Amino acid sequence: MSDVRYSDQHEWVRLDGDVATVGITQFAAEQLGDVVYVELPDAGHQVGKGAEAAVVESVKAASEVYAPIGGEVIEANRALADDPAKVNADPEGEGWFFKVKIADAGEFAALMTRAQYDAFVKEH
Amino acid sequence: MSMNNQGRPTRAGEASGPELGTISGDRGLDHEEPLIFELGRPGHSGVDISDVQVSDARLGGFKRRAPIGLPGLSEPEVVRHYVRLSRMNYAIDSGLYPLGSCTMKHNPRLNEAMARLPGFADVHPLQPQKTVQGALTLIGELMRWLTTLTGMPAVAMSPKAGAHGELCGMLAIRAAIAAKGERRPRVLVPESAHGTNPATAAFAGFTVDEIPAKGDGHVDVAALKAKLGSDVGAVMLTNPNTCGLFEKPIREIADAVHAAGAYFYCDGANFNAIAGRVRPGDLGVDAMHINLHKTFSTPHGGGGPGAGPVVLSERLAPFAPLPLLVHDAEGFRLIEDRAELPEGARPFGRMSAFHGQMGMFVRALAYMLSHGADGIRQASEDAVLSANYILASLKDVMSAPFGDGPCMHEALFDDSFLEGTGVTTLDFAKAMIDEGYHPMTMYFPLVVHGAMLIEPTESESKESLDRFIHVLRGLAAEAKAGDVERFQGAPRFTPRRRLDETAAARKPVLRWKQPELKRAAE
Repeated sequence: MSDVRYSDQHEWVRLDGDVATVGITQFAAEQLGDVVYVELPDAGHQVGKGAEAAVVESVKAASEVYAPIGGEVIEANRALADDPAKVNADPEGEGWFFKVKIADAGEFAALMTRAQYDAFVKEH
Repeated sequence: MSMNNQGRPTRAGEASGPELGTISGDRGLDHEEPLIFELGRPGHSGVDISDVQVSDARLGGFKRRAPIGLPGLSEPEVVRHYVRLSRMNYAIDSGLYPLGSCTMKHNPRLNEAMARLPGFADVHPLQPQKTVQGALTLIGELMRWLTTLTGMPAVAMSPKAGAHGELCGMLAIRAAIAAKGERRPRVLVPESAHGTNPATAAFAGFTVDEIPAKGDGHVDVAALKAKLGSDVGAVMLTNPNTCGLFEKPIREIADAVHAAGAYFYCDGANFNAIAGRVRPGDLGVDAMHINLHKTFSTPHGGGGPGAGPVVLSERLAPFAPLPLLVHDAEGFRLIEDRAELPEGARPFGRMSAFHGQMGMFVRALAYMLSHGADGIRQASEDAVLSANYILASLKDVMSAPFGDGPCMHEALFDDSFLEGTGVTTLDFAKAMIDEGYHPMTMYFPLVVHGAMLIEPTESESKESLDRFIHVLRGLAAEAKAGDVERFQGAPRFTPRRRLDETAAARKPVLRWKQPELKRAAE
C-alpha cells in the first residue's frame, strides 16, 4: 500500500517500500503552464533533502525542483525528455520525475498529507 | 457618402465589411515575405562574376562535393527582402516600448552623428596609441563621468554588455578573495534578482543561495543576514529592484555584508532610476555594472552592441582586468602587459580582446555631455515620475501588488484584476499588440503572479503616457466586461496571429532545409 505526501515546494512523494517516486503537483504544473523541458538527475546521484534535484522549464519560467526527500536516485523518467507535456497532462502519475532509494523514512513522515497540502495551497 | 471637392470619398464606405482575401496574398503594404532561400533561384546573381579557374589540388578530402546552396538574387530583390522584414520590426523609433527592466529610452540622433565621426568610427584597435589619442581621451573622459556619477574610484571599461560586466565584477571579487587566501564559495542572490545574477555567480564558480523576498516586494534583510557567514563571498542585489522598488536598507545590507568579510555586488541595470541622484559608492557597493546601452541611451540593438563597464570600490580596484588606461606625460596610454603594471595593480585577466565597445562609448559620452549633470539627474527624475504617473493612473483598474507607496522607474502590476475573467497576462499583452503597443515585460519578476512590469522611461511625453493609459484602462474594462474573445483571439492585426510558443519550445525547428531535402527526410 503506497502513501503519498507533499512538500511546501509543491512536489509529491509516493513511497513504496524504501523507494520514493517524486514529481510536481497538479497545482505546480498549472502554475508553470506548458512544460517544454525537464532536466533530470542521473541514476546513482545522491540527493539531500531540500537540494536541487531537477529543473523544469515552461513557456513562462524555469524552476528548480528540490528533492523533498533525501537518498540515492535510482531511476529518472526518461519519457519526459521526449514528451515533457506529460508533466501537464498527468503530473501526479505518468509525469513523475525520478525515484529515490530513501535513507530516512522520518523525512517522509514529516511531509504534508493531502489535506494539509490542499489547505497550504489555499493559503497561498 | 461624404465627398470632398475633388469628388474623392473621404471616409470608408459600407464596403469595409468582412475581411477579403487578396489575390497576391499580401494585405496592402503588409507583405507576406518568404525566406531569402525560398526567394532565390540557383544561378541568379546581382553581379557578374567571371569563371575563375582555382586549383583545388590542395583541398584534399575537404573539397566540397555538393553545391553550397546560396540563394541567387539581384540587388533590388535583396534590398526589398530586408526592407520588408525591417518593416515588421517594432522599435523605440516606431512607438512606446514599455519593456520593464530594459530602459528602452530614446536614442538621440546626436549620438549617432558623433559615433559616425571618422576619428571614432574608423580607428582600429591595433593602431599605434599615439595616433588614437582622441579616442583614448574620450574613454578617459567617459571613465571620469562614470566614476563621478557612481562615487566609485575605478572603472573597467572592456565588458561588452550587462551580464559580461556582472562576470567581470564577480571575477574581481573572486580574485580579491583568493588574494586574501580565503575560501568563500557561496553567493547570496535575492529571489527578485535579474536572472543573469545567479547565472553569473554560477559561471564565476560560486554556488548560489537564494534570499526570499518579503510580501512587500523588498528583500528580506533578516533572512539575508541569517545566511551570511565566513563562506559567503558576495551578495548580489539589484537596486532599485525588479519590483521597481528602492531597497531602503541598502546601507544596512552593505554593512552586514562587509562585516561578514564578503563583497557587495549591485546590478546596475536599473541605474536610470537613480543616476545623478544617488551614488552607489555612498551605499557601500563594491562593484556595479552600468549598461551604457540602457541608462545612457542606444537601447537594445539601437544600431550597435551593448557595453557594460564595471565600477569598482577601493578594495576591488587593484583587481580590475587589463587593459588599464593611464595618463602620463606623453598622454593617454593603454597598459596591455603585466610587465608594465603600475604599483599595486593585480589584474585578474582580460574580459575581451580589445578595449571595449568604442561606438557605445562615443554614444554614452555624447548623451552625458548633451544632458549635463543636471540633465542626467532630471532624466532619472522624469523616468520615476512617468512610472508613478502610470502606476497612479492604472492601479484602480489593474492591480498593483505593492502599489501603496510610490515606485521607482517601473510600475509593477499582477494579474489579480483579471481573476475570473478568463483572460491571462499573456492574452492581455497580445491585445496590446492589436492596439499598436509593444507589450510590457510579462511574468517577471517571479515574485508576483502573472506580472506585468511597465517601464515608460523619461522619453515619453505626457500625451503619449495618457494615450497609453487610456488604452490599458480600456483593455482592463473590456476584460472585466467579459469580452474574452478580444483577448484570446489576439493579436489580430499582425502578420501572424498567436504563435504556438509551446510547440516552438518543445519541437524547435532550428535549421531551414531545402524543400526537396525536407521531403526526403520525412
